[in-house]
Amino acid sequence: MKHRDTGKKYNSVSLGLALWGILGLGLGWDLFGSLAFTLALNYKQMELYHSLPFFCYLMGKCIKQGLTGRGFFLLAKIALTVLVTFALCWMPFLSDPKQSLQVLHRLFPVDRGLFEDKVANTWCSLNVLIKIKTLLSRETQLFLRPVCLVINEMPLIAIWFLLTSTFSMLPLLLKDGLLLPYAVTSSAFLFLSLYLLSALEKTTDEELRLSLSHKLTQHCLPKLSLIIKWKFWFSLVAMAALSFTSVWLEPPAKLPDLFPVLVSVLSFLQFLGFIIYFNVVQLMEPQRKKSQKKTN
Amino acid sequence: MAAPMPSEHSCFFALALCVSFLKCLLINAYHSTDFEVHRNWLALTHSLPVSQWYYEATSEWTLDYPPLFAWFEYGLSHIARFFDKEMLVIQNLNYASPATVLFQRLSVIAADMVLVYAVKECCKCLREDKGKDLLGKPSFILTVLVLWNFGLLIVDHIHFQYNGFLFGVLLLSIARHFQNRHLEGAFLFSILLNLKHIYLYIAPAYGIFLLRCFCFTQNNADGSLQWRGFSLLRLVALGTIVLTTFAVSFGPFIALGQLPQVLSRLFPFKRGLCHAYWAPNFWALYNVADKAFSILGVKLKLLDMNKLPKASMTGGLVQEFQHSVLPSVSPLATLACTLLSVLPALLRIWHRPDGARGFLRCLVICALGSFMFGWHVHEKAILMVILPLSLLAVESREDARIFLILSITGHYSLFPLLFTTQELPIKIFLMLLFTIFSFTSLKTLFRKGGSLLNPLEATYLLGLIPLELICEFVYPLTVWQKTFPFLPLMFTSVYCALGVTYAFIRLYISLLTCSDTTKRIKTQ
Repeated sequence: MKHRDTGKKYNSVSLGLALWGILGLGLGWDLFGSLAFTLALNYKQMELYHSLPFFCYLMGKCIKQGLTGRGFFLLAKIALTVLVTFALCWMPFLSDPKQSLQVLHRLFPVDRGLFEDKVANTWCSLNVLIKIKTLLSRETQLFLRPVCLVINEMPLIAIWFLLTSTFSMLPLLLKDGLLLPYAVTSSAFLFLSLYLLSALEKTTDEELRLSLSHKLTQHCLPKLSLIIKWKFWFSLVAMAALSFTSVWLEPPAKLPDLFPVLVSVLSFLQFLGFIIYFNVVQLMEPQRKKSQKKTN
Repeated sequence: MAAPMPSEHSCFFALALCVSFLKCLLINAYHSTDFEVHRNWLALTHSLPVSQWYYEATSEWTLDYPPLFAWFEYGLSHIARFFDKEMLVIQNLNYASPATVLFQRLSVIAADMVLVYAVKECCKCLREDKGKDLLGKPSFILTVLVLWNFGLLIVDHIHFQYNGFLFGVLLLSIARHFQNRHLEGAFLFSILLNLKHIYLYIAPAYGIFLLRCFCFTQNNADGSLQWRGFSLLRLVALGTIVLTTFAVSFGPFIALGQLPQVLSRLFPFKRGLCHAYWAPNFWALYNVADKAFSILGVKLKLLDMNKLPKASMTGGLVQEFQHSVLPSVSPLATLACTLLSVLPALLRIWHRPDGARGFLRCLVICALGSFMFGWHVHEKAILMVILPLSLLAVESREDARIFLILSITGHYSLFPLLFTTQELPIKIFLMLLFTIFSFTSLKTLFRKGGSLLNPLEATYLLGLIPLELICEFVYPLTVWQKTFPFLPLMFTSVYCALGVTYAFIRLYISLLTCSDTTKRIKTQ
């Protein structure tokens, strides 16, 4: 797993706690998972991005067990854990309502712009066409950790995603003088993960979880997995080319931010692709039978 | 679902590629004055005619390697032109632009390809056990022990030298001898001598081995020398190869009448018995004993303090110094000691040659003997012992144990080379990585027959941890840091010298007591 600590943000703590949360849920230790995630949330409010899946999963589990019986009991236990943890963390600030408001104000500064620098999301990319101004903030690393967990299940996609995320930070890395570590670690990561996980061989339909989608699109599109494989290589070449030009070529005088913008647009398009892919896989995933040993 | 097991070839390629990635990450790490040395040599070979190479003295780092290395630098300088022309100007002393650093570092990484090829050839010479899985195979372990060698990584890719390339030539020459291609091996060694003359230390091993095993084609039934088997043709062939190589290398300088000047540059004997930081050899122990006796003598009123020469051996500069109690040591004395220390080994392979493996063992002993008793030895010279020993370590239990002691101690003694704070985590983690790997892999390889190290040896090695903590962290905070700043270095030298001496003795015992390889194979 790569970790970019440009700017010394100590992100590891919140990301680590969130991972403990995911691990807890994966092992069926719901209370432990909720505790860990609540702590992560109280460490860095960025984890709110992950809170919806946690909430939906736990809620779904409670509903499944029946809200009148065991499910309700589970819900109560989780709610209590979360509330108590929040209370303990916020205790010094809860004495005065003005204090708590001030904390919230600091946590969610609505005065800042829609995006900082050139971020690879919808708003920045759209900004190229239409000028937009509201609020959001940037952190790509946030998404990296959960993706690393699926690297064993769908190696090619995970590797692709991780490389894109590092690439999307290229302008920032160049500013910090990290060109060499970026180039070397990206190449090393690409080589090692392809070599050790044999990712390029695991691209049959079933392995990319696309069997159902393939059945739907069989008429209009050729082999879906082949498309994905070619897109992977194409995007690698594009990212390498853009990295190269960002470093060696001078942007034209009229468009001084050309390369950072191109980087963020390319990354955005790829992230869009990933979000569609992950959603498709999630929705089309056949129900796991209870007899299977795998926990999810 | 587990990934399918990679094949041996792809595994080797992966190891070589990944260590190159690691070396690339070290490009912007600390580099020593050796960086400027090589930049200066690039400049002078590029800008000056050959007749001036060994006379040029604008920079203090004059050319003190043999001519073939100068030609190597000359070749590199033509590529250097495309990175930064300014580095080729002799007057640009201490010039280190980013392009210069990048070029020099990349040249070391590229030259290491010779080492990669050599290791591949060496792996072919090992006795393979087909049953083992890939990670437990001797060839895999050897590849990691040599390509990922901690000493090579920090000396070549941080401190800055071209040892990887040179050791590649050495290991290739050894591999050729294993493959019975003796003429090629001799040729490669002659080239090596003309690249860096420090390899003269092991020339006796080569000389005796080639004479005994190549020039005498037959042995008697009991393995002893058969004088009638002498082949004049082979001797002449060997001689021609060696002399031709030397002629090509030194020829231009002999023709110009510059041979004395070249030799004086190659062998500057004005320097002291020990380097500023004592290599962990016999003389380090000798110095400490001398110091201890002098202090003891003064305390017991046996010696007069005013009559003792001033202590200058522990100063930073490389100077001549006198011993107080024990006799002072001259270069000739060290030469005599070195020859005496390697003589038994040479005699042994003359009487009972053990094929290529016996030669390799003798080579290691020659290198270690020269390290122990040589004049002005650099601690980096321990690599000349550790790398060939790796070949023996993956095949024999006793050698594996000696390798562990020697490599851990030897690598630790290289720590003072990297004294900057930024390199501290790098050197500690790389050292731990290498040590843990070598220990676990060799332990697994030789798991039959008990543990590899006995408790005393294990305690000694573990003692390196508190030593490092004291020297690196605790001592600088004490009062003595200002008055005796050299003490941590001295502790390191002396402590490591004990381990190195122990390894030397064990190596000798293993050489003198081992039976013929052929007999061993027959009894298996």
